[in-house]
Amino acid sequence: MYQGRGNLPPIELRSGSPIWTNLFTLYGANIMGERKVRYLSLEEGGYSVLLLVAAIFCLIIAGKTWDQVLAFHTALIALASLAGIFYIFRRYFDGNNSPAPLEINGKPNYNMGPVKFATWASVFWGIAGFSVGVIIASQLAFPALNFDLPWTNFGRLRPLHTSAVIFAFGGNVLIATSFYVVQRTCQARLMGAISPWFVVLGYNLFIVVAGTGYLLGVTQSKEYAEPEWYADLLLTIVWVAYLLTFLGPIWRRKEAHIYVANWFYLAFIVTIAVLHLFNNASIPVSIYSTKSYIVWGGVQDAMVQWWYGHNAVGFFLTAGFLAIMYYFIPKRAERPVYSYRLSIVHFWALIFLYIWAGPHHLHYTSLPQWAGTLGMTFSIILWMPSWGGMINGLMTLSGAWDKLRTDPVLRMMVVSVAFYGMATFEGPLMSIRAVNGLSHYTDWTIGHVHAGALGWVGYISFGALYCLVPWLYNKSLYSLRLVNWHFWVSTLGIVFYICSMWVSGIMQGLMWRAYDSLGFLEYSFIETVDAMYPFYVMRAFGGLLFLAGAFIMVYNLVMTVRAGEAVESADQSALAPAE
Amino acid sequence: MDATYTALAHFAQTGGLLYFMAIFAGVVLYACWPSNGERFNDASQIPLREDD
Repeated sequence: MYQGRGNLPPIELRSGSPIWTNLFTLYGANIMGERKVRYLSLEEGGYSVLLLVAAIFCLIIAGKTWDQVLAFHTALIALASLAGIFYIFRRYFDGNNSPAPLEINGKPNYNMGPVKFATWASVFWGIAGFSVGVIIASQLAFPALNFDLPWTNFGRLRPLHTSAVIFAFGGNVLIATSFYVVQRTCQARLMGAISPWFVVLGYNLFIVVAGTGYLLGVTQSKEYAEPEWYADLLLTIVWVAYLLTFLGPIWRRKEAHIYVANWFYLAFIVTIAVLHLFNNASIPVSIYSTKSYIVWGGVQDAMVQWWYGHNAVGFFLTAGFLAIMYYFIPKRAERPVYSYRLSIVHFWALIFLYIWAGPHHLHYTSLPQWAGTLGMTFSIILWMPSWGGMINGLMTLSGAWDKLRTDPVLRMMVVSVAFYGMATFEGPLMSIRAVNGLSHYTDWTIGHVHAGALGWVGYISFGALYCLVPWLYNKSLYSLRLVNWHFWVSTLGIVFYICSMWVSGIMQGLMWRAYDSLGFLEYSFIETVDAMYPFYVMRAFGGLLFLAGAFIMVYNLVMTVRAGEAVESADQSALAPAE
Repeated sequence: MDATYTALAHFAQTGGLLYFMAIFAGVVLYACWPSNGERFNDASQIPLREDD
């Protein structure tokens, strides 16, 4: 309704004003005397140049390539880069573009925007990844669900599932929590205004490029390292930015001591960088082709691949999520970690041992036996730091066990640590050559991985999300009852999943090696497949329950933001800790 | 060839053993050193004393 000019607030030139007026102010034509002239910062200029170079390269490739998938992906990256430049300059020309203060009233001014984005991205990718998991589990039970189409085939959907849950869901949880934890435990703001967003958005662009690539048949065919060379290059650039952005608050920290969770995050970031570079030392057949070849072949490639693969488990799925354990469990339980000394031994022992365990994936192959024995030995030694860490996490609750009854979020995290203990007991067992002879290539491996992924990584992530969303939005969690439902529904799902895989895996292994009295194999391969049918159905049902639980969480988190009760302080444990 | 391999393997095995034991001993000493106790107790409180 028009109320006459006099009633309107004075025209704001700060935002939404045409670019030319802003340009004028740049050159000193200070319209209305309220603009402050500012040069483009080094960060803004640097990222603009980087994105511009990327966009030009990608457009050239997109125009000249004969490979349709590469044309699609490079066009996508070019578009994203140009959008990035547009936002950098829109922000620059916008009035409120002075650098955010590091502190307000003596308190650190945390940068939580990128954390919020990564949090919701993880929720989205979690649902996507779990859904694809249910689909491919159903495909194994009912092969007609492959629909005889290349894009919906099990072989293409499986890496989509593993990457979506590990790298998209898990990766976004790690980015969100690492940016949150490092800022708060260092009491310093993330460095830069563009960098955190570059990391979060660039990482999710990588996920989209990698995931659509699998569906369109582009893959290096290496477990957990399926993305081809150009996606790897994109991830490399994003990862360097991630490392630097994470180091910023540590560099400017107010706390003298770097809290142990940050050590774990740092080990995760640095080691993943090294692993990624080595395992993807491949040369494209042409820059206009999606196809590339690794510079070393054969057994060396296999060895590097499983050195990578097992450390993806050790540093991505373990070290990173242990960092979550070391921050979120003490925070939620309102008690300091059981033994800080143990956490130091845990950290150094874990990172020095894990890096050697990879060869246990290659027993009975052309890899020299001594290398397999080395991997196996280190895997068994790993029992110690793994269980040390588990004890440290669980015993943090000593004297506060009653909270397990009243707080389902804490219960979820504690059960997650219990699953961690179980999976890290089972893993060394399976790495022993004789046991591996039975378990390898069977469903037992799949069951083991899911005990770790659903139980440990999933639950500690859900616990962190249930803490993080209320803290980020200064709301109290919408419903603890629903968390309880989530917990029990998905726990039932995990039990269905891993029990059916134990039985079917061991049965499968035993059937493969069964001989009759004349020395012939007793079962044909198809008979073993047929025998696994009921367990495949049970597994798919378990996965469905886990997915249902995740949907309950999504509803709960969305309602927390939309209808949750506002709380004064973001920090729910603001009370002085019991000494 | 064999001799080189044996020599290298011997060096790697012994060296590796000593290297890991030394690092582990160093870590345990650092973690258990009595005068570090106060610092570690203080560090364990970091997540609980952040201000808002």
